[in-house]
Amino acid sequence: MALVVDLFLQTVQMVLVVAIAPAVLGVTRKVKARLLRRIGPPVLQPYRDLWKLMHKEAVLADNASWIYRTAPYLIFAATWVAAALVPSYATGLLFSWSADLIAIVALIGTARFTLALAGMDVGTAFGGIGSSREMMIASLAEPAMLLIVFTVALVAGTTQLSAVATIFSTGSVGLRVSLGLGLFAFLLVAIAENARIPIDNPATHLELTMVHEAMVLEYSGRHLAMIEAASALKLVLYFSLIVCLFVPLGIAGPGAGLSEYALGIVAYLTKLLVLAALLPIGETSVAKMRVFRYPLFVGSAFAAAALAVFLLFVSKGF
Amino acid sequence: MPGIDLPAATVLWCVPGFLGLAGVAVIVGRSKVATSLIYGGSLAVALVALGAALTCFLASGPPWTLVLPIGLPGIGARFRVDALSAFFLVVVNLGAAITSLYALGYGRHEEAPARVLPFYAAFLAGMNLVVFADDAFTFLLAWEFMSLTSWAIVLARHRDPANSRAAFVYLVMASFGTLCLLLSFGLLAGPAGGYAFETMRLASHTFFTATLAVVLALLGAGSKAGLVPLHVWLPLAHPAAPSHVSALLSGVMTKVGVYGFIRIVLDLAGPPNPWLGLVVLSLGGITAAIGVLYALMQHDLKRLLAYHTVENIGIIFIGLGLALAFRANTMNVAAALALTAALFHVFNHSVFKSLLFFGAGAVLTATGERDMERLGGLIHRMPQTTLAFLIGCAAISALPPLNGFVSEWLTFQAILVSPDLPQWGLKLTVPAAGALLALSAALAAACFVKAFGVTFLGRARSSAAEAAGEVDTFSLTAMFVLAAICFLAGVLPGFVIDALSPVTVMLVGDTMPRQAAVPWMSIVPIGESRSSYNGLVILTFLIASSTLTAMVIHRFATRATRRSAIWDCGFPLDAPQTQYGSAGFSMPIRRVFGTVVFNVHERVDMPRPGELRAGSFRLRIIDPAWRLAYGPIARAVTTASTSLNQLQFLTIRRYLTLVFCTLIALLVVVATWR
Repeated sequence: MALVVDLFLQTVQMVLVVAIAPAVLGVTRKVKARLLRRIGPPVLQPYRDLWKLMHKEAVLADNASWIYRTAPYLIFAATWVAAALVPSYATGLLFSWSADLIAIVALIGTARFTLALAGMDVGTAFGGIGSSREMMIASLAEPAMLLIVFTVALVAGTTQLSAVATIFSTGSVGLRVSLGLGLFAFLLVAIAENARIPIDNPATHLELTMVHEAMVLEYSGRHLAMIEAASALKLVLYFSLIVCLFVPLGIAGPGAGLSEYALGIVAYLTKLLVLAALLPIGETSVAKMRVFRYPLFVGSAFAAAALAVFLLFVSKGF
Repeated sequence: MPGIDLPAATVLWCVPGFLGLAGVAVIVGRSKVATSLIYGGSLAVALVALGAALTCFLASGPPWTLVLPIGLPGIGARFRVDALSAFFLVVVNLGAAITSLYALGYGRHEEAPARVLPFYAAFLAGMNLVVFADDAFTFLLAWEFMSLTSWAIVLARHRDPANSRAAFVYLVMASFGTLCLLLSFGLLAGPAGGYAFETMRLASHTFFTATLAVVLALLGAGSKAGLVPLHVWLPLAHPAAPSHVSALLSGVMTKVGVYGFIRIVLDLAGPPNPWLGLVVLSLGGITAAIGVLYALMQHDLKRLLAYHTVENIGIIFIGLGLALAFRANTMNVAAALALTAALFHVFNHSVFKSLLFFGAGAVLTATGERDMERLGGLIHRMPQTTLAFLIGCAAISALPPLNGFVSEWLTFQAILVSPDLPQWGLKLTVPAAGALLALSAALAAACFVKAFGVTFLGRARSSAAEAAGEVDTFSLTAMFVLAAICFLAGVLPGFVIDALSPVTVMLVGDTMPRQAAVPWMSIVPIGESRSSYNGLVILTFLIASSTLTAMVIHRFATRATRRSAIWDCGFPLDAPQTQYGSAGFSMPIRRVFGTVVFNVHERVDMPRPGELRAGSFRLRIIDPAWRLAYGPIARAVTTASTSLNQLQFLTIRRYLTLVFCTLIALLVVVATWR
């Protein structure tokens, strides 16, 4: 019986992240449109877009290989698995131990690797430019992310997300300079990894500056739907990580009752809503950067995270 | 528990087996059957050796020793198999067996097999013998034998001037390495001449001799393994050899170098010093970062792989450095974790680097090209090679659920234990090494997106790439066996970790928690609440969720598909040169790190409007090791020899005066010394 309940809770988590991902994207788009004094599409528009794309015929280039056709599903699956393993509304879910924070970062890496290969598959200039720039950004963002993982792990004494969330939510950690630096670095990494302004513009097309959109330029139909869904899911994944690592308030502990789970879900959704509203505020207040200024942006995340780790290493033993 | 006498003796008997094959190869080398005969024979012998070595490795009995009455007087030729050498025997013979299988197909394309075959079998014997050796004389003899036989294969295509230069650089570096090891053993043996490893292990070394011996061992074994700045010969020599031998050089021989280092530093030289851990750790971090950055800049597929070996050696040495630092502070469990991570990576790298070199060899066979700028689109013409190469790329980029990720994950876990180290120097170095490791992991992914994407995806960039065909069954079997090992070691890492525990017990006196006892076949490095990882669950999840999604979409949405021309924003150009190539792909990273790491010379020659000549772009990247380390040495040697040259043109009187002065000086030295 306990196993059935655990399985159910895990399934709720898996379904929850997929179900709300387009809505989160819809909220950011709506808020951004309002900030630009437009009415903007309805919040539920991303669902309709996905539905429409899924029912359209997929047009493949003549020389597209099996990598091109399977990549969208693999990217979606890797992002989904990563998102399902981040505690959102409750800690100690059935499979939470199967991958720790480092493994989740690596799973995001698997999705990115696949996407970059898919971008190079047809052999176009745009696909190549996208893959090349994506890997350049990732080569700075991923180490920064790993150093943030180090920071969190050294403060909490564990790399298990469930354990980290439990320790941080009991409030025994207090305010730490290194965690502050970690949060700052994490926000920069999240912006860079999710292809948001100032690194990349998710609304752009036919520009030489695009990165993510250039890689998926040739995709259409159901394949494009999967990639769009995966990028929405990735946004939710990063929001969940922020929520779980830095504001784990209201998260249900292991063996909680029904009301606590309900409270956990409500708290989680509220926090996502806040983040989804904050992101476009940040996006509309800065201009997009030139490509060769990216290293400054992502490099400062790396530097901040490295500083946080050094602080922790040095302060331990006092 | 059964002893390991019989299997250990069997592996040792395989050494004369390999040598016999080398002899046969000398005799029949020019005949038509020679290739199949020698590689088939090597495969059989290596399989026997692999089976016996696995038995030794898993049985974990007391060490097996044998003394033959040859070699140094009074010491003889000593051989020994303990947990450490059993592990490396498995790595060596696994590589040997798979490479021989691959060479059954690949070796047929060799132009002059008589130049490769005898040395190939002898090279396998040499590598086995190094791991067996239990006294300094046998060790150095085997080490030098291994170096010379591999040097001869690097020189197999000697008519290409680049190859003979590579072989020359390799010979110089190998001699330098052996010299360092010779001096190191000399210091450890002491004035009494205790050259048997048994004597060295029991002797107590002073701080000075132990440190000096360990530093010399780092130089000697590091030059074989490819530590920066001793790595310069790797990217020259490894690609120069035939591809199956490149796989052995990169995948296996560098590991024998690692073995030499572990044997001397963790086993023979007595308790380690924490500062040594610091040195090894920083060298490892620098090696990892430099290796991968330069790998990214290469456009020759085999040279890219060779440079990338340097990165992996760096990762292994980060693990070893941590193990030394923990051991010096008697944090034995943490030391066991770091050592397990390093040894696991030794195994993993030998598997996926061989796989990738086999893939590069297959591409070379099919197209005659190593330059990625002239390849592309091979996924349509070599589908099976592509799949195997892709698995190798994913494994080496440390993507879960494959094996490369597990060993890097363990290394990260070891880094996370290290704030407990008391020394300040280590406290500052470990996070820096961790940052370099994180950086090189991310860059490795970029490197292999490039290697795979440019070679196998896109459109063919030359007629040779367009006319390619799939390679033979032997080569494909060898590649898929290795790909399967990448999967198995990735999803069931607990077995490998448990099997490594006798090695860690022997070297650092403790082991990681027993993984077989962990439920669901997860791996737990320290404690369950601290960290755990389960490749099997991740793999299942990935397969289940991707199939489920695809099925749902195909069933409930649509599966209508249409083929059409490339869109490319409405401007598709037929010329395949419009795709991104190797230099273009790595350009952003070159820009980012250009001022810090690379010594890049870019020359753009753009014709003015109206001029009809072709524009050109030239890019030269020189490894800073040449400029910073070897350039000054070469200049100093030239200056010294030019000035000493005057000594050749003296009169007899002056020569006699010189001799007399030297004699007086020596006498003064002797008199003051006493």
